[in-house]
Amino acid sequence: MTSVIDTPLAKADMLRFATAGSVDDGKSTLIGRLLFDSKAIFEDQLEAVEAVSAARGDDYTNLALLTDGLRAEREQGITIDVAYRYFATPRRKFIIADTPGHIQYTRNMVTGASTADLALILVDARKGLVEQSRRHAFLCSLLRVPHMVLCVNKMDLVDYSQEVFESIAEEFGDFAMKLDAPDLTVIPISALHGDNIVSRSENTPWYDGPSLLHHLEHVHIASDRNLVDVRFPVQFVIRPQSTVVKDYRGYAGQVASGVLKPGDEVMVLPSGFTTRIAGIDSADGPVGEAYPPMSVTIRLEDELDVSRGDLICRPNNAPTVAQDIEAMICWMDETRPMAVGDKYAIKHTTRAARAVIRNLHYRLDINTLHRDESANSLTLNEIGRVKLRTTVPLLADDYRRNRTTGGFVVIDETTNRTVGAGMIVDAT
Amino acid sequence: MDQPAGYRASHTYRVSHLDALEAESIFIMREVVAECERPVLLFSGGKDSIVMLRLAEKAFHPARIPFPVMHVDTGHNFPEVLEFRDQRVDELNVQLIVASVPEALQAGLVREAPDGTRNRIQTPVLLAAVEKYRFDALFGGARRDEEKARAKERVFSFRDDFGQWDPKSQRPELWSLYNGRVHAGESMRVFPLSNWTELDIWHYIARERLRLPEIYYAHDREVVERDGMLYAVNEYLPKREAEQSRVARVRYRTVGDASCTAAVRSDADTIEKVIEEVAVTRITERGATRGDDRVSEAAMEDRKREGYF
Ligand SMILES: Nc1nc2c(ncn2[C@@H]2O[C@H](COP(=O)(O)OP(=O)(O)O)[C@@H](O)[C@H]2O)c(=O)[nH]1
Repeated sequence: MTSVIDTPLAKADMLRFATAGSVDDGKSTLIGRLLFDSKAIFEDQLEAVEAVSAARGDDYTNLALLTDGLRAEREQGITIDVAYRYFATPRRKFIIADTPGHIQYTRNMVTGASTADLALILVDARKGLVEQSRRHAFLCSLLRVPHMVLCVNKMDLVDYSQEVFESIAEEFGDFAMKLDAPDLTVIPISALHGDNIVSRSENTPWYDGPSLLHHLEHVHIASDRNLVDVRFPVQFVIRPQSTVVKDYRGYAGQVASGVLKPGDEVMVLPSGFTTRIAGIDSADGPVGEAYPPMSVTIRLEDELDVSRGDLICRPNNAPTVAQDIEAMICWMDETRPMAVGDKYAIKHTTRAARAVIRNLHYRLDINTLHRDESANSLTLNEIGRVKLRTTVPLLADDYRRNRTTGGFVVIDETTNRTVGAGMIVDAT
Repeated sequence: MDQPAGYRASHTYRVSHLDALEAESIFIMREVVAECERPVLLFSGGKDSIVMLRLAEKAFHPARIPFPVMHVDTGHNFPEVLEFRDQRVDELNVQLIVASVPEALQAGLVREAPDGTRNRIQTPVLLAAVEKYRFDALFGGARRDEEKARAKERVFSFRDDFGQWDPKSQRPELWSLYNGRVHAGESMRVFPLSNWTELDIWHYIARERLRLPEIYYAHDREVVERDGMLYAVNEYLPKREAEQSRVARVRYRTVGDASCTAAVRSDADTIEKVIEEVAVTRITERGATRGDDRVSEAAMEDRKREGYF
């Protein structure tokens, strides 16, 4: 591979991806290999791993050890939390959310997928699709990860058989279609031997798709951003108390979606007042156009009462202003289940509210997709469709249309823990 | 006028990874200021905290940085770094709080470690300052690429009222919805540079033309070699008997306690050369320069549990 200095890495873009696989499908080996081949592994890390491998009596350097983090995990030989890893090629910087795949870790998968542009799901070629593969695919579709890659691993153990690969690819394709998964690519690999990881392998002459790294480098993500619906949640009001900058009042925030320009007519929610953008500022000077994920400061022509939690949009394209919210919720707390009637704090964009669970329509079995309408609570890792009533209106979009204005977290007010993740449906 | 360095408008609305990282870090800093009552930024004079300070400057422009900076001073400083710290603080017109290890030693709050290094005894000094000023959010410059135990660190990392980190009680972090709620006495460590790598930091320093303490660039220095690492000979780190010192061309990759931070051999005396060197370097920053992290594989995890940054 070429070194990062060959092309201006500083101009490369960024791809975030989440990985999922059942235990022993080879996920750690695959990540270790990606890091190793892209030179993101350092010699001292490799030496430490070689030493541990040798001490354990492994036949080869166990690349999987590169990614085992905390002591409890090493002792139990499993990973229990989302770990973030980094590597770069001349084209892209990659952030991997490495999520453990055990049945009890739906919480981690959901967390990793929430920010991912792409999900990489691993299966063992000998075993084919298992219940967990379907669950992983379902969670990625629930979280609206725009791109999905199925890696059929351990192809070396099935003699690089085209038939084995195609039958898995077909079965998964059918399933993904039912989930309405946006974009699916299937790649036959051997993480251990490196087939189709960095370059196309001679062992799979029948495969004419890209290698995994090539796909990761080239998958088109720019258009995944919503550039249509202008949504600017106000994060902070900047009002310098200074004699140098007088009468400055700017609304700081990160563009969630859409493109904003000075002169645009805008509406501020929840008040509904309209005005125009006087200017868009950054510390580097005025900004001609602001789009996701830029962090900027907007000045408005009229003096309105705008504060944190308000939202700037266009008058003819606004989110729903609602206190009755329908949502899918994934429960993340091991200490206490969610039940109808419970009250929580929620955080939605930059807005804080309190909410009461009005109704649990059903609990979803994420393996069979069966809806259990008799359920009256959600425990750790369970997902259900709920109705909430909030103390203040949310400025909400369908999660399917906008991951930023459609997602929220549920917080236990006594422990302050984050106990649930919500995705708004039917915001109308 | 020049195009702003950060955002170049284009028809494809392309965003470089540095712009994306910067936007994310600025968002994180604004969240903290909006939600926490008494934030503070930990400033060591090192390159990561220099980048963090630059991001803070950008996040609240044209207003001043709305929180103080705090230096946990081990007393084992590189003079170049202290000088740099004071100058930067003056330029930005921010308040500097110094939490002093020597003072804590004198007051009997901590005791000198047998080997004389002060990384470990920084922790109680930091925690005492947090308590004194009742800080509820501390910006730290740690990155997840630094070390294995960091890879699982949240951006908002919860610390109980003893300042301790418990990997099991960390809050899930979804989307960009950070939960900064704490009870009195508890606090958050917030890491706006979580997703940056060493190379990103250097590219950003180059792009923003940030000044760094001289010791980051190659210079001649009297050093001794210990366990394969090069240590500067200075008042905190005297030559041991039978050790031969010599002058070598070196630079520092991190600046920590002068008694246990090693230099690396280097000819890189400009930012371009440093970037080139970092891009092909095969040893982690900590592995190359932090004597204290080499003790055990779980060294960092243990220190974090005790309340380290
Ligand atoms: N033959 C073969 N073995 C593999 C391959 N990938 C992983 N393995 C082995 O499968 C086992 C489990 O791999 P690991 O990466 O730890 O799985 P994880 O639990 O998904 O992280 C290890 O013994 C690996 O060496 C592969 O492509 N071919």
